[in-house]
Amino acid sequence: MGKLLEEFSLGLFFWQTLLFSLLLFLLWRFAWKPILKAVSDREDGIKDALAAAEDAKKEMQNVTADSEKLLKEARAEREAMLKEAREIKEKMVSDAQEQAKAEGDKMIKQAQAAIESEKKAAVADIKAQVANLSVDIAEKVIKEELSDKKKQLKLVDDMLGDIKLN
Amino acid sequence: MRKTFLKNFLLIAVLVLGQFSFAIEKDEKHEDEAHGKDLKTEIKEYIQHHLQDSHDFSLFSYTEEDGEHKYVGFPLPIMIWDDGLKVFSSSKFHHGETLAQIDGNHYKLHHSKIYKTDAEGTINYDEEHHPTNKKVLDFSITKNVVMIIITGLLMLWLFTSLARSYAKNGGIPTGVGRFFEPIILYVRDDIARPNIGEKRYKKYMPFLLSVFFFIWFLNIFGLTPLGVNVTGNIAITVSLAIMTFLITNLTGTKDYWKHQFDPLGDSLPWYGKILLYIILVPIELLGLIIKPFSLLIRLYANMQAGHIVLMSLIGLMFIFKSWIGSPLSFGLAFAISLIEVLVALLQAYIFTMLSALYFGFASEEHEHDHEHEAEVAH
Repeated sequence: MGKLLEEFSLGLFFWQTLLFSLLLFLLWRFAWKPILKAVSDREDGIKDALAAAEDAKKEMQNVTADSEKLLKEARAEREAMLKEAREIKEKMVSDAQEQAKAEGDKMIKQAQAAIESEKKAAVADIKAQVANLSVDIAEKVIKEELSDKKKQLKLVDDMLGDIKLN
Repeated sequence: MRKTFLKNFLLIAVLVLGQFSFAIEKDEKHEDEAHGKDLKTEIKEYIQHHLQDSHDFSLFSYTEEDGEHKYVGFPLPIMIWDDGLKVFSSSKFHHGETLAQIDGNHYKLHHSKIYKTDAEGTINYDEEHHPTNKKVLDFSITKNVVMIIITGLLMLWLFTSLARSYAKNGGIPTGVGRFFEPIILYVRDDIARPNIGEKRYKKYMPFLLSVFFFIWFLNIFGLTPLGVNVTGNIAITVSLAIMTFLITNLTGTKDYWKHQFDPLGDSLPWYGKILLYIILVPIELLGLIIKPFSLLIRLYANMQAGHIVLMSLIGLMFIFKSWIGSPLSFGLAFAISLIEVLVALLQAYIFTMLSALYFGFASEEHEHDHEHEAEVAH
């Protein structure tokens, strides 16, 4: 320690402090500041360029993705339209079929009803004719039967005999 | 142009080395005869002399046949404060051999220090062999100051031209800047950012960069044949460490100061803290001083030791003076100087790194747990 103190020279210390401070100031002002600024500017430039490239890449990806999405949407829309058309067609067909069936059924029913009423009318007509015919026949038969007295008396007797039997 | 420069350089190197060995051999003979000093003491004194600052910029010295010391170099201005500023050339001392007589006062250069003496140049010693003469306030432009100025100018030129090359060349460095830019980025990204933090590292960058390159360049200059031991001088490291200390404590946040005086925080009730704090707070406060002190001692000791080892190994060549010993010590000296190149960078890195770490502690906010971990790890 004593040797160190002996070696210590105040003059040299003074000059070193003064000159180094001066050097520090000058370098700060004229060297380190512009150098560090230039370096960091350059680094920022590189960083920006890289970021821009990255952005462009992302943009590209977005565009591709967008077009792909559009394509997909168009495809889906076409699919949907086709499906709808098919459904409409099927519905129309089935509707027509149903309608035709219903119409047919209705017509058949009407025909059946008509047939039935015709039949009924015919039957009634036949009945009336049969009745008329049978009345006519009966009239003719009676007229013939009652043409002599003997036969008239015999009839009365038969009738009376039936009544007794009853 | 380059070829002639190289030739001249080689010529000078050969001359320097030749003179060096010649000087020591001659000295040995001369000293042996005159003072009875042996070669070992001679080398030891030479190393001691080299490690210290000097008042003139001598490149090498030798001794003539008649015993006269010759120095090659140039004198530097001496500025002393002794009842007024006195400025004169260091050539008046003749490397400590004569007295300088200024305004009727006599000054003597003794072991790189200037003392006021009487007309005969007597130096009185106390029991511990310390001179008792009046030491004058010495603000001379010494060899180290010259090296600091040269390094400062070199740094200014290098880094302002790097800054200009950015402006001229659209943000891309040219020439030697291509070598220094990665180092600047390294200091920023691997020293400042992780230790100080993303938000606050910017304001410390100028100091960290300046200190890093300043220490590194001076360390490297110390390894050149000029061999000026600037960063191995205690005054230099004290000055640098004081700057780190001042910046650390002047930029310290509230949390940092709270941590100094209340290291345990809310983990203990106040009555539990009293006894602990009688010991803890002084330790924490001592830590404030110890941190920069370790910085200055580390740099000083490493550079000093490097120079001593290197010069001792070179000195061994002249002690062995055999075909085996001298090449061996030359090889060793070569290996050590390679390691010293690494140490030069390493010490600059460590000083910057630890400064950044201390700045990081001082500017940290609300992260006490981290602070403790970092301190333990460190």
